[in-house]
Amino acid sequence: MTKTYKAEIGCADCAAKMEDAIAKLDGVEKIRVNFMTQKVKLTADDARFDSIVDEAERIARRIEPEFALAR
Amino acid sequence: MLANLTDKQRRELVRIAVALVLFGVCMAMPFDALFGESALLVSFVAFLVPYLVAGYDVLLRAVRNIGHGQLFDENFLMSVATIGAFALALLPDTDAHFAEGAAVMLFYQVGEWFQDYAVDRSRRSIADLMDIAPEIAHVRRDGGFEDVDPDEVEVGEELLVKPGERIPIDGVVVDGGSQLDTAALTGESVPRVVESGAEVYSGSINLVSPLVIRTAKAFEDSMVSRILELVEDATDNKARTESFITRFCRYYTPVVVFGALAIAVLPPLLAGLPWGEWIERGLIFLVVSCPCALVISVPLSFFGGIGGASRQGILVKGSNFLEALSKVDAIAFDKTGTLTNGTFNVVAVHAEEGMDDDLLLSIAAHAEAYSNHPIALSVKEAYSGVIDEERIRDVREEAGHGVRAVVDEHVVYVGNDKLMAAGEVPFHECHLTGTILHVSLDGRYIGHLVIADVVKDDAGQAIAQIHASGVRHTVMLTGDREEVAAAVAAELGVDEYHAQLLPQDKVAQVERLIDEGQKLAFVGDGINDAPVLARADVGIAMGAIGSDAAIEAADVVLMNDRPTDIALAIRIARKTMRIVWQNIVFALGVKFAILGLAVAGIATMWLAVFGDVGVAAIAILNAMRAMR
Repeated sequence: MTKTYKAEIGCADCAAKMEDAIAKLDGVEKIRVNFMTQKVKLTADDARFDSIVDEAERIARRIEPEFALAR
Repeated sequence: MLANLTDKQRRELVRIAVALVLFGVCMAMPFDALFGESALLVSFVAFLVPYLVAGYDVLLRAVRNIGHGQLFDENFLMSVATIGAFALALLPDTDAHFAEGAAVMLFYQVGEWFQDYAVDRSRRSIADLMDIAPEIAHVRRDGGFEDVDPDEVEVGEELLVKPGERIPIDGVVVDGGSQLDTAALTGESVPRVVESGAEVYSGSINLVSPLVIRTAKAFEDSMVSRILELVEDATDNKARTESFITRFCRYYTPVVVFGALAIAVLPPLLAGLPWGEWIERGLIFLVVSCPCALVISVPLSFFGGIGGASRQGILVKGSNFLEALSKVDAIAFDKTGTLTNGTFNVVAVHAEEGMDDDLLLSIAAHAEAYSNHPIALSVKEAYSGVIDEERIRDVREEAGHGVRAVVDEHVVYVGNDKLMAAGEVPFHECHLTGTILHVSLDGRYIGHLVIADVVKDDAGQAIAQIHASGVRHTVMLTGDREEVAAAVAAELGVDEYHAQLLPQDKVAQVERLIDEGQKLAFVGDGINDAPVLARADVGIAMGAIGSDAAIEAADVVLMNDRPTDIALAIRIARKTMRIVWQNIVFALGVKFAILGLAVAGIATMWLAVFGDVGVAAIAILNAMRAMR
């Protein structure tokens, strides 16, 4: 399943770091944190999708504490 | 300009302005004269005020991020550099650097604000560009029209589109006639005239009078939704340059930070040089250790280039394709439908002595009246009069050669040289290239028509522009006959052509060109040539509006049927890449220069602030040019 979320991403470098960190999560097939469009596009395992999204958000917050996915 | 700021930007701007004023006051204050002995302490406290006003959030974030293990975070680096500058005064025999410490933080914040503003602005101008999806559809339900979200409209329902409104969903006009502005989709400014039966695309603006259309697709499959999705996803396909920069920055920061540490500690420790001086040099390293200018300006340039292109009806499916397009040194074209109109037209009427051109055309058109062959259609198209079926009888198709008919009680043959030869009619060849249609009347040769596919008006200009833009080699590939291909190639100035190719031959030709080491783009209509489009380094589909297959198959999609757009796309790609490289060279050049000067002891903290903030600002301004 692939879903796209709006999110406020503060810096381009942080977006790249988030991408790297989230990509390492188990069950994540594809992740794109797009600073320019301020969108996060996640492709992940259907069965665990919700928990993966939660985990991805938690990881992103470690890099940008204000980060939140609009869902 | 300031009206467009977000609340957050406005708050930050006020804070920075306050800090700047306070900083100015501190700079103007004659501390030594006023406070004598305690001048150092007073000026320390004084400069701390603008410093904290400007940078308290940076300090807070730095502390929080250390907790998260983000050591090479820019907040942390800035905090270390500025606190270090203040702390230098603690060392013996070292001048105070309070002003520099406060300035670094202040200008860092100015730079951050500017970056935020610039990125936000370009993001918004692209969003405006893409603001072509209507939010309401007037759909016919229960005898009237009601307003619904375009999402909820089913395929086959009827919509009312009033003048001034955008068409929400692709469909067919069932009632009314009007003119459409398709500029948002194609960049084309000439309105398109539509009447009942015409296919229309979402995103076009109805200009003149109301139209009723029957939807042919769902909203999410309509042209406007597809374009938006495509452009938004485009930045997901990163260019090689972009990935390189991301990777480079991952190493740059740690290396510079360790460099700073080494510079600050080793010379005093090993060679007994003064601590203050070398720590200051180390701090200068830290100030330029953030690669922000690059990480922002490179994707921003690509984003701008892709957005700018889409405004011209050129959809580029990724930064990687924009990059590839800029490097193309050979372009292969399909002929029919790409360089030529792909339709047959009567290009010349040559009547024999004593016969009138119009009469010849009239006789031919009547003889061909019942045929639906493309050639017959072109003859009827060229004939301006009305075909009177009363005048025609005994029509007989002569398979593959032409047609025989009795027109006005005269026996007429219209067809190729074999038909003439079979009837022993003395005919003669034509000097023009194309399909020659000979006409005989009661066994007497009365002339011929020349039918050919017509080269597009701007095709020759397009080839010239493509050459001028730096593409060395142009190749035309066609399934058409040798002499037709030769004539078109000569007329357009194409460097090389290959005729009578089957679809698999086209793939082979494209592979040969690629094997020769050329970066190859292939331009086609995107419908019959998907394998070739896929094989080329860059596949370009032309005249793609309304064709899902073409949009799907190509890397670069030209909504218009205009060959000059190929040259335009190349120019946009080259301009974007030029900007990207200017920024990379400029930003890294300045940073390395400052690093070098810092080691030599020539650079000051002031210079380093410029190296960080000034460079980022200039790079971003430069990147924003890509959009225009």
